[in-house]
Amino acid sequence: MPGSLKFHQSALGKKVIMAASGIVLFGFVLVHMLGNLKLYQGAEKLNTYAEWLREMGAPLLPHNGAIWLMRVGLLVAVLVHVVSAYQVTRLSQRARPLNYKARQTLQATYASRTMRWGGVIILLFVIYHLAHLTWGSVHPAFIPGDVYSNVVAGFRVWWVSAFYVVAQMALGFHLYHGLWSMFQTLGVTAGDDRDWRRKFAVAFALLITLGNLSFPIAVLTGFVS
Amino acid sequence: MRLTLQIWRQKNADDTGGFSSYDVDASPDMSFLEMLDVLNETLTEAGEDPVAFEHDCREGICGSCCLMIDGRAHGPEPGTATCQLHMRKFEDGDTIRIEPWRSAAFPVLKDLVVDRVGLDRIVQAGGFISINTGSAPDANLIPVPRDKAELAMDAAACIGCGACVAQCPNGAAQLFAAAKVSHLALLPQGQPERDQRVLRMVEEMESAFGSCTNFAECEVACPKEISIEFIARMNRDYVSARLRRG
Amino acid sequence: MRLDAKIPAGPIQQKWDRHRFEMKLVNPANKRRFEVIVVGSGLAGGAAAAAMGELGYHVKCFCYQDSARRAHSIAAQGGINASKNYQNDGDSIWRLFYDTVKGGDYRSREANVYRLAQVSSNIIDQCVAQGVPFGREYGGLLDNRSFGGAQVSRTFYARGQTGQQLLLGTYQSLSRQVAAGQVEMYPRTEMLDVVVADGRARGIVTRDMVSGEVRSWSADAVVLATGGYSNVYFLSTNAKGCNATAIWRAHRRGALFANPCFTQIHPTCIPQHGDYQSKLTLMSESLRNDGRIWVPKTAGESRAAADIPEDERDYYLERRYPAFGNLVPRDIASRAAKGMCDEGLGVGHGRRGVYLDFADAISRLGRDAISAKYGNLFEMYERITGEDPYEVPMRIYPAPHYTMGGLWVDYNLMTTIDGLYAAGEANFSDHGANRLGASALMQGLADGYFVLPYTIGDYLARHMGEGPMPTDSAPFQEVEAEVNGRIDRLLSCDGKRTVDSLHRELGQICWEYCGMSRNAEGLEGAIEKIAELREEYWTNVKVLGVNDELNQALEKAGRVADYFELAELMCRDALARRESCGGHFREEYRTEEGEALRNDEEFTYVSAWEDQGPGKEPVMHREPLDFPNVPLTQRSYK
Repeated sequence: MPGSLKFHQSALGKKVIMAASGIVLFGFVLVHMLGNLKLYQGAEKLNTYAEWLREMGAPLLPHNGAIWLMRVGLLVAVLVHVVSAYQVTRLSQRARPLNYKARQTLQATYASRTMRWGGVIILLFVIYHLAHLTWGSVHPAFIPGDVYSNVVAGFRVWWVSAFYVVAQMALGFHLYHGLWSMFQTLGVTAGDDRDWRRKFAVAFALLITLGNLSFPIAVLTGFVS
Repeated sequence: MRLTLQIWRQKNADDTGGFSSYDVDASPDMSFLEMLDVLNETLTEAGEDPVAFEHDCREGICGSCCLMIDGRAHGPEPGTATCQLHMRKFEDGDTIRIEPWRSAAFPVLKDLVVDRVGLDRIVQAGGFISINTGSAPDANLIPVPRDKAELAMDAAACIGCGACVAQCPNGAAQLFAAAKVSHLALLPQGQPERDQRVLRMVEEMESAFGSCTNFAECEVACPKEISIEFIARMNRDYVSARLRRG
Repeated sequence: MRLDAKIPAGPIQQKWDRHRFEMKLVNPANKRRFEVIVVGSGLAGGAAAAAMGELGYHVKCFCYQDSARRAHSIAAQGGINASKNYQNDGDSIWRLFYDTVKGGDYRSREANVYRLAQVSSNIIDQCVAQGVPFGREYGGLLDNRSFGGAQVSRTFYARGQTGQQLLLGTYQSLSRQVAAGQVEMYPRTEMLDVVVADGRARGIVTRDMVSGEVRSWSADAVVLATGGYSNVYFLSTNAKGCNATAIWRAHRRGALFANPCFTQIHPTCIPQHGDYQSKLTLMSESLRNDGRIWVPKTAGESRAAADIPEDERDYYLERRYPAFGNLVPRDIASRAAKGMCDEGLGVGHGRRGVYLDFADAISRLGRDAISAKYGNLFEMYERITGEDPYEVPMRIYPAPHYTMGGLWVDYNLMTTIDGLYAAGEANFSDHGANRLGASALMQGLADGYFVLPYTIGDYLARHMGEGPMPTDSAPFQEVEAEVNGRIDRLLSCDGKRTVDSLHRELGQICWEYCGMSRNAEGLEGAIEKIAELREEYWTNVKVLGVNDELNQALEKAGRVADYFELAELMCRDALARRESCGGHFREEYRTEEGEALRNDEEFTYVSAWEDQGPGKEPVMHREPLDFPNVPLTQRSYK
């Protein structure tokens, strides 16, 4: 019977799943950025904060318990986000097997048009970022537990910072279109003021991007050392 | 004015097709389709196969015309179907590229003519109110708030041309489906079937068309300038219908 | 042949009710055994197909467009009449009936018109229930406007897109039946002939417009709802694809054609702007509610409209018809505009246009109020002409728009061929010699939703158990062969002239001699000219390509071939009707003031033409008209 597809089987359902997982990931990057602001309070505050994350939930949870719960949650969110994105992308590619000789872009934003590749860049970046500052496997001077010095030493390498900057720009665009799309996908209509959803998306995308960009810049300019 | 047209020619659905170039003399007061008429008269007189293109009412309401003009559905004039586009919007000496709508759901039948039956199927899936002839109550029995009726009319203005699908980088039919879903969901008469309607129409839509990623290109390409707000409405209806029905 | 309109006995108010009771019914279980073919998916055809599908009949619906939603009903702008009397302004079934009969200049059949007025209310109920977003008051109830000079506000509307919204309502109902398997929809399929055996319609022959396949379809009843024939004039407000082939082929197979000369010329169209013009665009005549029509007082005026002082303008409608002014009925407004242009007073391209000026209305009501009422029409005008009607007066000129004539049908909407029905604009029944504004949509839906499902049921009940005729039987094969023969002939002509060029020439003859005003000499000449041009058509037309492909030139060629024959019949009918009535204005028959002069003594009848075969003059039959309920009066809009 038509209309009997399960929610996750429908493309629209997948998009809702993307929006929902996107909200989780948005919450994460927001908190991540806000937490990292402690960089500006010096090594002790930042490292204590990092330690607190690992001890969170004690004594009910074991050491690293809460953080692993969150990591699992984030991993699941990333997985469904990426898998859904891949699936709807394939659907769309099938829908337009032969493209126009030249199709004009009418009002699609740069952000919307770079969503897919931007997503790939962000995914690659996240893997590098974990290897760099969480596992330390690609960090030449990694000291477990000393987040502050790992960050500062890491960002002093100019091309590492450059990669961070590029990735944060990609994240910014991704967030901008993602946040705006979230309203659209979840059916939050704009009503009379058509622009508020755009404004919201711009504000949060900017907030997170500028916050994150400030870290490598602060290190490179010697503001943080 | 002298124009060069690069037109997609394709003998039938199985043919691979390609562009052919034609020179044509036009007057700025001509409509775009009249310019093509002139071309076809010339071609016919020369014994060449005229260009097949879809058209009927030529007043922007039937939704038959469907040309991709220089990479834009219905050409450069916003809020205007191809048939109401006039040559004064072009410059003497212009080269104009004319392509058919492109979508897996819209196979080319010949030249610039495509098959849009996929849109009919979306409506057949549930884009109606189940009311048998003769069983309607008095028309004024159920008042409809004026703003709701007006909004429903905004959505109902869709002419079913498929420009939204043609322009969408994903080949999605979201705007078309959303216009019909919203039109009926905004009216009290459409409430009893509201959940089932959106579920069925969305499923049918997704079986043939791409998936919306909120490029919002459709909204600009739409000759009736139907707002993507209706897509948000449809999405909301879909999610709540799913929540209610599992 | 004796024409029996089968009008039920009894007082006019009871005829339809009584008839509905007297008609035979088909048992619900038996309905699915019947096959009904509906040709055309507009308001009449789409509604008939949907309503019959709902009842349980097995319906096949054909249309030449790529979707049922594109039928030309979609282009109607203004509205749909109904005798709801929601505005408490004195409307009633009787008044709508009276206005329609009078507006039709007493050349329609009273019983049909009364039924139309009766079911008009049901139509609005039905459409609202389908979700048609009619314009509403702030209280949420339906709004009405006065339209086309009516003294009451009985017109329901959905912005300037009423036809579109009603058609979408019909299309939705049709789609529902398609989904339910009750209706099979065949888009891009053109009916090229009807199959008649033993006096009964047994099916149709179609051409698949993509593959070229010519195919037969058998049915127990056939409905033609294929619209009117204004495209005979080449330039008209009809869609390019609108054609008369279905009704003309039916006529050639024995269906009488009624009142072919009754054509309506709509007064408010955008004038022609060049020789390449492919169609004319209508603007809702609601514009005449606020616009003032004028021409310069001197012939050959070359100043811009704004530079012509007030006392050098002739507001000729207000001058000649002080009571109705700019709101006189369509035929009168059209003829007056033509008269002005014939005197050299016209404006614009070729001096075929008159001004429709909103300057007064804008200064009285303000630009915003005018924009709210007519914004979309003004935009459309500007898009087409490149002129801004807020700044310079619009230019308008009449254009062929609607044809009141059509296949002759009885009270059941059945043609003179048993089992062959005609509905909507394709039949002649309700509008007499002139159709009132907002009545075409009403008639299409009335026929489709509320008349045909009953009357066809009655016919089918009388043919229970007979079953459709197999399509491999001789009658079908013969018609198929004829259809293929015509196609081959057109394709093998290999002449020099395109279909359009010949059609344009035919259109000019019709417009000149059988358009807004006609005279015996012109009509006689036109009949000869048309015959000559038809001769040329069949020897000199150039149709490229083959049949087994999408071939738009071939589609047109077949339609235009039929227009030649129809055009000749129009002229013959116009010649035979030696009076002026409604849209038919004979220059020889007018009052001293130049107005139309009816001749009720001799011409209160429907002329119904019977085809006698190729090369033979058709024979006219008369259906006398009685007006026991609406006394005959001369229309006066002074």
